[in-house]
Amino acid sequence: MIPRYQKILFGILLLASLVMGVVLWQLRERAHERMIAGQDSAPTSAPEVASAEQATLVVANDNDSSLLTQVHFLPLPVDDGARARAVLGKLLDLYAAPDAAHPVPGGGTSVTQVFLLPAPQLGALSQNPEPAGAQLAVVNLTGSFAASHPSGIETETLTVLSICGTLRANLPSVTQVRFLVDGHERATLAGHADLTRTYLTADAVPQP
Amino acid sequence: MAALKFRPFLAFAVLVASLQLAAAQQPPSARFVVVLDPAHGGDDAGGRMANGQSEKNFTLALTGRLRSLLAARGIQVVTTRDSDAAVDPGRRAEIANHAQAEACLSLHASESGSGLHLFTSSLAPAQPARFAPWKTAQAAWVTRSLALAGTLNSALLHAGVSVTLGRTSLPAVDSMTCPAVAIEITPERSADQKTTTGLDDKNYQARVATALAAALVEWRMEAQQP
Repeated sequence: MIPRYQKILFGILLLASLVMGVVLWQLRERAHERMIAGQDSAPTSAPEVASAEQATLVVANDNDSSLLTQVHFLPLPVDDGARARAVLGKLLDLYAAPDAAHPVPGGGTSVTQVFLLPAPQLGALSQNPEPAGAQLAVVNLTGSFAASHPSGIETETLTVLSICGTLRANLPSVTQVRFLVDGHERATLAGHADLTRTYLTADAVPQP
Repeated sequence: MAALKFRPFLAFAVLVASLQLAAAQQPPSARFVVVLDPAHGGDDAGGRMANGQSEKNFTLALTGRLRSLLAARGIQVVTTRDSDAAVDPGRRAEIANHAQAEACLSLHASESGSGLHLFTSSLAPAQPARFAPWKTAQAAWVTRSLALAGTLNSALLHAGVSVTLGRTSLPAVDSMTCPAVAIEITPERSADQKTTTGLDDKNYQARVATALAAALVEWRMEAQQP
Protein backbone atom coordinates (compact mmCIF):
# COMPACT_ATOMS: atom_id res chain seq x y z
CA MET A 1 0.00 0.00 0.00
CA ILE A 2 1.53 3.38 -1.12
CA PRO A 3 1.17 6.12 1.49
CA ARG A 4 -0.96 9.12 0.54
CA TYR A 5 1.88 11.64 0.90
CA GLN A 6 4.02 9.68 -1.61
CA LYS A 7 1.18 9.76 -4.15
CA ILE A 8 0.88 13.54 -3.75
CA LEU A 9 4.67 13.99 -4.06
CA PHE A 10 4.77 11.83 -7.20
CA GLY A 11 1.94 13.86 -8.75
CA ILE A 12 3.71 17.16 -8.01
CA LEU A 13 7.00 15.88 -9.50
CA LEU A 14 5.21 14.60 -12.64
CA LEU A 15 3.45 17.93 -13.10
CA ALA A 16 6.73 19.83 -12.61
CA SER A 17 8.43 17.62 -15.23
CA LEU A 18 5.70 18.32 -17.76
CA VAL A 19 5.83 22.09 -17.16
CA MET A 20 9.63 22.10 -17.49
CA GLY A 21 9.35 20.11 -20.73
CA VAL A 22 6.92 22.64 -22.22
CA VAL A 23 9.12 25.59 -21.16
CA LEU A 24 12.24 23.96 -22.66
CA TRP A 25 10.40 23.25 -25.93
CA GLN A 26 9.34 26.91 -26.19
CA LEU A 27 12.88 28.13 -25.46
CA ARG A 28 14.22 25.82 -28.18
CA GLU A 29 11.71 27.14 -30.73
CA ARG A 30 12.60 30.74 -29.88
CA ALA A 31 16.33 30.00 -30.27
CA HIS A 32 15.67 28.34 -33.63
CA GLU A 33 13.68 31.34 -34.85
CA ARG A 34 16.47 33.67 -33.77
CA MET A 35 18.98 31.56 -35.73
CA ILE A 36 16.83 31.55 -38.88
CA ALA A 37 16.33 35.31 -38.60
CA GLY A 38 20.12 35.70 -38.38
CA GLN A 39 20.60 33.66 -41.58
CA ASP A 40 18.05 35.79 -43.41
CA SER A 41 20.08 38.87 -42.73
CA ALA A 42 23.24 37.30 -44.26
CA PRO A 43 25.40 38.38 -45.93
CA THR A 44 26.46 40.84 -43.31
CA SER A 45 26.88 44.37 -44.55
CA ALA A 46 30.41 45.58 -45.17
CA PRO A 47 31.83 48.19 -42.81
CA GLU A 48 31.34 51.71 -44.09
CA VAL A 49 34.89 52.60 -45.09
CA ALA A 50 33.84 54.53 -48.18
CA SER A 51 30.73 56.17 -49.52
CA ALA A 52 28.28 53.83 -51.25
CA GLU A 53 28.60 53.80 -55.02
CA GLN A 54 26.59 52.16 -57.74
CA ALA A 55 27.81 48.71 -58.75
CA THR A 56 26.33 46.65 -61.57
CA LEU A 57 26.30 42.91 -60.99
CA VAL A 58 25.71 40.40 -63.77
CA VAL A 59 23.78 37.73 -61.89
CA ALA A 60 23.26 34.18 -63.13
CA ASN A 61 19.97 32.35 -62.93
CA ASP A 62 19.94 28.54 -63.20
CA ASN A 63 16.20 28.43 -63.83
CA ASP A 64 16.43 29.89 -67.32
CA SER A 65 20.23 29.84 -67.89
CA SER A 66 20.26 33.62 -68.06
CA LEU A 67 22.55 36.45 -67.01
CA LEU A 68 20.74 39.54 -65.76
CA THR A 69 22.08 42.86 -64.51
CA GLN A 70 21.28 44.06 -60.99
CA VAL A 71 22.26 47.43 -59.59
CA HIS A 72 23.48 47.62 -55.98
CA PHE A 73 24.99 50.39 -53.89
CA LEU A 74 28.19 49.38 -52.13
CA PRO A 75 31.05 51.11 -50.36
CA LEU A 76 33.80 50.63 -52.96
CA PRO A 77 37.55 51.21 -52.59
CA VAL A 78 39.36 53.61 -54.92
CA ASP A 79 41.96 51.08 -56.10
CA ASP A 80 40.68 49.20 -59.16
CA GLY A 81 41.90 45.79 -58.02
CA ALA A 82 40.30 46.15 -54.59
CA ARG A 83 37.15 47.53 -56.22
CA ALA A 84 36.94 44.50 -58.51
CA ARG A 85 37.35 42.20 -55.53
CA ALA A 86 34.62 44.02 -53.57
CA VAL A 87 32.17 43.81 -56.47
CA LEU A 88 32.87 40.12 -57.07
CA GLY A 89 32.55 39.51 -53.33
CA LYS A 90 29.07 41.00 -53.40
CA LEU A 91 28.20 38.83 -56.42
CA LEU A 92 29.31 35.65 -54.66
CA ASP A 93 27.47 36.75 -51.49
CA LEU A 94 24.27 36.76 -53.56
CA TYR A 95 25.02 33.22 -54.75
CA ALA A 96 25.60 32.06 -51.17
CA ALA A 97 22.24 33.39 -49.97
CA PRO A 98 19.67 30.67 -49.08
CA ASP A 99 17.21 31.57 -51.84
CA ALA A 100 19.75 32.18 -54.62
CA ALA A 101 18.70 31.36 -58.19
CA HIS A 102 22.29 30.24 -58.82
CA PRO A 103 23.27 28.60 -55.52
CA VAL A 104 27.01 28.40 -54.93
CA PRO A 105 28.46 28.11 -51.42
CA GLY A 106 31.39 30.22 -50.35
CA GLY A 107 30.32 33.85 -50.42
CA GLY A 108 32.40 36.99 -50.79
CA THR A 109 35.51 35.62 -49.09
CA SER A 110 35.93 33.17 -52.00
CA VAL A 111 37.69 35.87 -54.03
CA THR A 112 41.07 36.36 -52.39
CA GLN A 113 42.61 38.76 -54.91
CA VAL A 114 42.01 40.38 -58.28
CA PHE A 115 45.15 41.46 -60.16
CA LEU A 116 44.88 43.87 -63.08
CA LEU A 117 47.55 43.65 -65.78
CA PRO A 118 47.95 45.05 -69.30
CA ALA A 119 45.98 42.79 -71.64
CA PRO A 120 48.09 40.82 -74.13
CA GLN A 121 47.05 40.46 -77.77
CA LEU A 122 45.28 37.12 -78.15
CA GLY A 123 45.89 36.52 -81.85
CA ALA A 124 43.57 33.84 -83.21
CA LEU A 125 41.54 33.68 -79.98
CA SER A 126 40.04 37.10 -80.58
CA GLN A 127 38.72 38.56 -83.79
CA ASN A 128 39.47 42.12 -82.66
CA PRO A 129 42.81 43.52 -81.50
CA GLU A 130 42.93 44.71 -77.89
CA PRO A 131 42.46 48.50 -77.58
CA ALA A 132 45.01 50.69 -75.84
CA GLY A 133 44.63 50.54 -72.06
CA ALA A 134 42.86 47.18 -72.12
CA GLN A 135 43.39 45.13 -68.99
CA LEU A 136 43.59 41.47 -68.05
CA ALA A 137 42.00 40.63 -64.68
CA VAL A 138 43.45 37.63 -62.88
CA VAL A 139 40.88 36.41 -60.35
CA ASN A 140 42.26 34.28 -57.54
CA LEU A 141 39.57 32.05 -56.02
CA THR A 142 39.83 29.91 -52.90
CA GLY A 143 40.20 26.15 -53.18
CA SER A 144 37.16 25.68 -50.94
CA PHE A 145 35.02 27.66 -53.40
CA ALA A 146 36.07 25.42 -56.31
CA ALA A 147 35.69 22.27 -54.22
CA SER A 148 32.17 23.16 -53.09
CA HIS A 149 30.96 24.51 -56.44
CA PRO A 150 28.12 22.38 -57.90
CA SER A 151 29.32 20.22 -60.78
CA GLY A 152 27.80 20.79 -64.22
CA ILE A 153 28.53 22.53 -67.50
CA GLU A 154 25.75 25.06 -67.17
CA THR A 155 26.25 26.02 -63.55
CA GLU A 156 30.03 26.35 -63.91
CA THR A 157 29.75 28.30 -67.16
CA LEU A 158 27.25 30.69 -65.60
CA THR A 159 29.57 31.34 -62.66
CA VAL A 160 32.50 32.09 -64.96
CA LEU A 161 30.44 34.29 -67.29
CA SER A 162 28.80 36.21 -64.46
CA ILE A 163 32.23 37.01 -62.99
CA CYS A 164 33.47 38.14 -66.42
CA GLY A 165 30.31 40.17 -67.06
CA THR A 166 30.46 41.84 -63.63
CA LEU A 167 34.07 42.86 -64.18
CA ARG A 168 33.20 44.29 -67.59
CA ALA A 169 30.20 46.20 -66.18
CA ASN A 170 32.23 47.89 -63.44
CA LEU A 171 35.67 48.12 -65.02
CA PRO A 172 35.13 48.57 -68.78
CA SER A 173 38.88 48.48 -69.41
CA VAL A 174 38.93 44.79 -68.38
CA THR A 175 38.64 42.84 -71.63
CA GLN A 176 40.19 39.54 -70.58
CA VAL A 177 39.86 37.38 -67.46
CA ARG A 178 41.95 34.48 -66.22
CA PHE A 179 41.37 32.38 -63.12
CA LEU A 180 43.61 30.96 -60.43
CA VAL A 181 42.61 28.76 -57.51
CA ASP A 182 44.68 29.24 -54.37
CA GLY A 183 47.27 30.98 -56.55
CA HIS A 184 47.69 28.09 -58.97
CA GLU A 185 46.31 27.22 -62.37
CA ARG A 186 43.51 24.66 -62.20
CA ALA A 187 42.16 22.58 -65.10
CA THR A 188 38.45 23.12 -64.46
CA LEU A 189 36.21 24.86 -61.94
CA ALA A 190 34.33 21.74 -60.78
CA GLY A 191 35.04 19.20 -63.51
CA HIS A 192 33.71 21.07 -66.55
CA ALA A 193 34.39 24.76 -67.26
CA ASP A 194 37.97 25.25 -68.48
CA LEU A 195 39.95 27.49 -66.14
CA THR A 196 43.20 27.33 -68.10
CA ARG A 197 42.06 29.60 -70.92
CA THR A 198 41.64 33.36 -71.17
CA TYR A 199 38.00 34.46 -71.17
CA LEU A 200 36.86 37.52 -73.09
CA THR A 201 34.50 39.77 -71.16
CA ALA A 202 32.78 40.63 -74.45
CA ASP A 203 31.41 37.05 -74.46
CA ALA A 204 29.61 37.59 -71.15
CA VAL A 205 26.88 39.91 -72.26
CA PRO A 206 23.74 39.78 -70.10
CA GLN A 207 20.23 39.67 -71.54
CA PRO A 208 18.66 43.10 -71.96
CA MET B 1 58.41 -23.77 -117.88
CA ALA B 2 59.26 -20.20 -116.82
CA ALA B 3 55.89 -18.97 -118.14
CA LEU B 4 54.09 -21.60 -116.01
CA LYS B 5 56.09 -20.48 -112.93
CA PHE B 6 54.96 -16.84 -113.28
CA ARG B 7 51.34 -17.62 -114.21
CA PRO B 8 50.00 -17.49 -110.55
CA PHE B 9 51.67 -14.10 -109.99
CA LEU B 10 50.22 -12.79 -113.26
CA ALA B 11 46.74 -13.96 -112.27
CA PHE B 12 47.10 -12.30 -108.85
CA ALA B 13 48.24 -9.02 -110.42
CA VAL B 14 45.26 -9.05 -112.82
CA LEU B 15 42.92 -9.76 -109.89
CA VAL B 16 44.31 -6.85 -107.85
CA ALA B 17 44.08 -4.48 -110.81
CA SER B 18 40.49 -5.48 -111.54
CA LEU B 19 39.53 -5.01 -107.88
CA GLN B 20 41.11 -1.54 -107.87
CA LEU B 21 39.24 -0.68 -111.07
CA ALA B 22 35.96 -1.89 -109.55
CA ALA B 23 36.58 0.13 -106.41
CA ALA B 24 37.32 3.24 -108.47
CA GLN B 25 34.05 2.84 -110.37
CA GLN B 26 31.96 2.58 -107.16
CA PRO B 27 30.40 5.73 -105.65
CA PRO B 28 32.30 7.41 -102.78
CA SER B 29 32.26 5.49 -99.48
CA ALA B 30 29.29 6.29 -97.24
CA ARG B 31 31.50 6.30 -94.15
CA PHE B 32 29.76 8.06 -91.28
CA VAL B 33 31.34 7.86 -87.86
CA VAL B 34 29.98 9.29 -84.62
CA VAL B 35 32.17 9.70 -81.54
CA LEU B 36 30.45 9.34 -78.17
CA ASP B 37 32.39 10.73 -75.23
CA PRO B 38 30.95 9.71 -71.84
CA ALA B 39 32.35 12.36 -69.51
CA HIS B 40 34.47 11.61 -66.43
CA GLY B 41 35.49 8.10 -65.35
CA GLY B 42 37.86 6.41 -62.94
CA ASP B 43 38.78 8.66 -60.01
CA ASP B 44 36.85 11.52 -61.60
CA ALA B 45 33.26 10.70 -60.65
CA GLY B 46 31.85 14.01 -61.93
CA GLY B 47 28.67 15.30 -60.33
CA ARG B 48 26.36 13.39 -58.04
CA MET B 49 22.79 12.66 -59.08
CA ALA B 50 19.79 12.90 -56.72
CA ASN B 51 19.57 9.12 -56.49
CA GLY B 52 23.24 8.89 -55.47
CA GLN B 53 24.47 7.73 -58.88
CA SER B 54 27.65 9.36 -60.12
CA GLU B 55 27.78 11.30 -63.37
CA LYS B 56 30.48 8.98 -64.75
CA ASN B 57 28.20 5.92 -64.46
CA PHE B 58 25.18 7.76 -65.84
CA THR B 59 27.03 8.96 -68.93
CA LEU B 60 28.52 5.51 -69.54
CA ALA B 61 25.09 3.88 -69.37
CA LEU B 62 23.61 6.49 -71.72
CA THR B 63 26.49 5.97 -74.14
CA GLY B 64 25.77 2.23 -74.26
CA ARG B 65 22.11 2.88 -74.97
CA LEU B 66 22.85 5.45 -77.67
CA ARG B 67 25.52 3.26 -79.28
CA SER B 68 22.99 0.43 -79.68
CA LEU B 69 20.44 2.76 -81.26
CA LEU B 70 23.03 4.18 -83.68
CA ALA B 71 24.41 0.75 -84.59
CA ALA B 72 20.87 -0.39 -85.40
CA ARG B 73 20.67 2.55 -87.81
CA GLY B 74 23.91 1.59 -89.54
CA ILE B 75 26.03 4.30 -87.96
CA GLN B 76 29.57 3.45 -86.92
CA VAL B 77 30.30 4.52 -83.34
CA VAL B 78 33.61 5.19 -81.63
CA THR B 79 33.60 5.75 -77.87
CA THR B 80 36.28 7.42 -75.79
CA ARG B 81 35.77 4.93 -72.95
CA ASP B 82 33.84 1.68 -72.55
CA SER B 83 34.47 1.12 -68.86
CA ASP B 84 34.98 3.00 -65.60
CA ALA B 85 38.41 4.24 -66.67
CA ALA B 86 40.00 7.66 -66.28
CA VAL B 87 40.58 9.25 -69.69
CA ASP B 88 42.48 12.51 -69.99
CA PRO B 89 40.62 15.30 -71.91
CA GLY B 90 43.51 15.39 -74.39
CA ARG B 91 43.20 11.65 -75.00
CA ARG B 92 39.45 12.04 -75.58
CA ALA B 93 40.15 14.64 -78.26
CA GLU B 94 42.85 12.41 -79.79
CA ILE B 95 40.39 9.52 -80.12
CA ALA B 96 37.78 11.82 -81.69
CA ASN B 97 40.28 13.36 -84.10
CA HIS B 98 41.69 10.00 -85.23
CA ALA B 99 38.16 8.76 -85.93
CA GLN B 100 37.62 11.63 -88.42
CA ALA B 101 34.03 11.65 -87.25
CA GLU B 102 31.09 13.51 -88.72
CA ALA B 103 29.75 14.22 -85.21
CA CYS B 104 31.26 14.16 -81.74
CA LEU B 105 28.97 14.18 -78.71
CA SER B 106 30.33 14.72 -75.22
CA LEU B 107 27.75 13.39 -72.75
CA HIS B 108 27.27 14.94 -69.30
CA ALA B 109 24.61 14.99 -66.59
CA SER B 110 23.78 17.39 -63.80
CA GLU B 111 21.12 18.07 -61.21
CA SER B 112 21.20 21.85 -61.88
CA GLY B 113 18.98 23.37 -64.49
CA SER B 114 16.14 21.88 -66.46
CA GLY B 115 15.84 19.69 -69.56
CA LEU B 116 18.71 19.29 -71.96
CA HIS B 117 21.58 21.74 -72.38
CA LEU B 118 23.40 21.77 -75.71
CA PHE B 119 26.76 23.50 -75.57
CA THR B 120 29.07 24.34 -78.44
CA SER B 121 32.55 25.72 -78.03
CA SER B 122 32.78 29.41 -77.16
CA LEU B 123 35.85 29.77 -79.39
CA ALA B 124 35.53 32.35 -82.14
CA PRO B 125 35.09 30.70 -85.56
CA ALA B 126 38.31 30.48 -87.56
CA GLN B 127 39.35 29.37 -91.02
CA PRO B 128 40.63 25.77 -91.28
CA ALA B 129 44.41 25.60 -91.27
CA ARG B 130 46.87 22.82 -92.01
CA PHE B 131 48.21 23.00 -88.47
CA ALA B 132 45.85 24.16 -85.72
CA PRO B 133 46.74 24.96 -82.10
CA TRP B 134 45.76 21.98 -79.97
CA LYS B 135 43.74 23.93 -77.38
CA THR B 136 41.72 25.81 -80.01
CA ALA B 137 41.47 23.22 -82.78
CA GLN B 138 37.68 23.32 -82.54
CA ALA B 139 37.67 26.95 -83.75
CA ALA B 140 37.70 25.80 -87.40
CA TRP B 141 34.69 23.55 -86.70
CA VAL B 142 32.55 25.90 -84.64
CA THR B 143 30.23 26.76 -87.53
CA ARG B 144 29.56 23.07 -88.24
CA SER B 145 29.16 22.42 -84.51
CA LEU B 146 26.49 25.11 -84.31
CA ALA B 147 24.70 23.47 -87.24
CA LEU B 148 24.87 20.09 -85.47
CA ALA B 149 23.49 21.68 -82.29
CA GLY B 150 20.61 23.05 -84.38
CA THR B 151 19.80 19.58 -85.75
CA LEU B 152 19.95 18.07 -82.25
CA ASN B 153 17.77 20.88 -80.92
CA SER B 154 15.09 20.25 -83.57
CA ALA B 155 14.96 16.52 -82.87
CA LEU B 156 14.82 17.00 -79.09
CA LEU B 157 12.07 19.61 -79.31
CA HIS B 158 10.18 17.25 -81.61
CA ALA B 159 10.49 14.59 -78.87
CA GLY B 160 9.07 17.00 -76.30
CA VAL B 161 12.33 17.65 -74.45
CA SER B 162 13.01 21.23 -73.39
CA VAL B 163 16.38 22.42 -74.67
CA THR B 164 18.71 25.25 -73.72
CA LEU B 165 21.44 26.24 -76.16
CA GLY B 166 24.70 27.74 -74.93
CA ARG B 167 28.39 28.24 -75.54
CA THR B 168 31.11 27.08 -73.17
CA SER B 169 34.73 26.10 -72.94
CA LEU B 170 35.39 22.42 -72.23
CA PRO B 171 38.98 21.16 -72.50
CA ALA B 172 38.15 18.04 -74.55
CA VAL B 173 35.65 19.66 -76.92
CA ASP B 174 37.88 22.67 -77.65
CA SER B 175 40.53 20.31 -79.06
CA MET B 176 38.24 18.24 -81.28
CA THR B 177 38.42 18.56 -85.06
CA CYS B 178 34.86 17.48 -85.79
CA PRO B 179 31.40 18.99 -85.38
CA ALA B 180 31.23 18.72 -81.59
CA VAL B 181 28.46 19.34 -79.08
CA ALA B 182 28.47 18.82 -75.32
CA ILE B 183 25.13 17.51 -74.11
CA GLU B 184 24.18 17.96 -70.47
CA ILE B 185 21.10 16.08 -69.33
CA THR B 186 19.29 17.47 -66.32
CA PRO B 187 15.92 16.65 -64.72
CA GLU B 188 12.75 17.99 -66.29
CA ARG B 189 11.14 20.65 -64.10
CA SER B 190 7.84 22.48 -63.93
CA ALA B 191 7.50 26.27 -64.06
CA ASP B 192 7.93 26.47 -60.28
CA GLN B 193 11.18 24.48 -60.58
CA LYS B 194 9.78 21.28 -59.06
CA THR B 195 11.31 18.14 -60.56
CA THR B 196 8.75 16.39 -62.76
CA THR B 197 11.07 13.79 -64.32
CA GLY B 198 14.25 12.71 -62.59
CA LEU B 199 17.42 11.59 -64.29
CA ASP B 200 16.81 8.01 -63.15
CA ASP B 201 13.55 7.83 -65.14
CA LYS B 202 14.16 5.13 -67.77
CA ASN B 203 11.49 6.54 -70.11
CA TYR B 204 13.16 9.96 -70.01
CA GLN B 205 16.54 8.41 -70.80
CA ALA B 206 15.03 6.41 -73.65
CA ARG B 207 13.26 9.50 -75.04
CA VAL B 208 16.49 11.49 -75.02
CA ALA B 209 18.57 8.68 -76.55
CA THR B 210 16.00 8.04 -79.30
CA ALA B 211 15.81 11.76 -80.14
CA LEU B 212 19.61 12.00 -80.30
CA ALA B 213 19.77 8.95 -82.58
CA ALA B 214 17.09 10.46 -84.84
CA ALA B 215 19.02 13.72 -84.96
CA LEU B 216 22.21 11.93 -85.99
CA VAL B 217 20.36 10.09 -88.76
CA GLU B 218 19.11 13.47 -89.96
CA TRP B 219 22.65 14.85 -89.69
CA ARG B 220 23.94 11.94 -91.80
CA MET B 221 21.37 12.70 -94.48
CA GLU B 222 22.44 16.34 -94.51
CA ALA B 223 26.12 15.37 -94.65
CA GLN B 224 25.59 13.01 -97.59
CA GLN B 225 23.66 15.52 -99.67
CA PRO B 226 25.78 16.81 -102.56
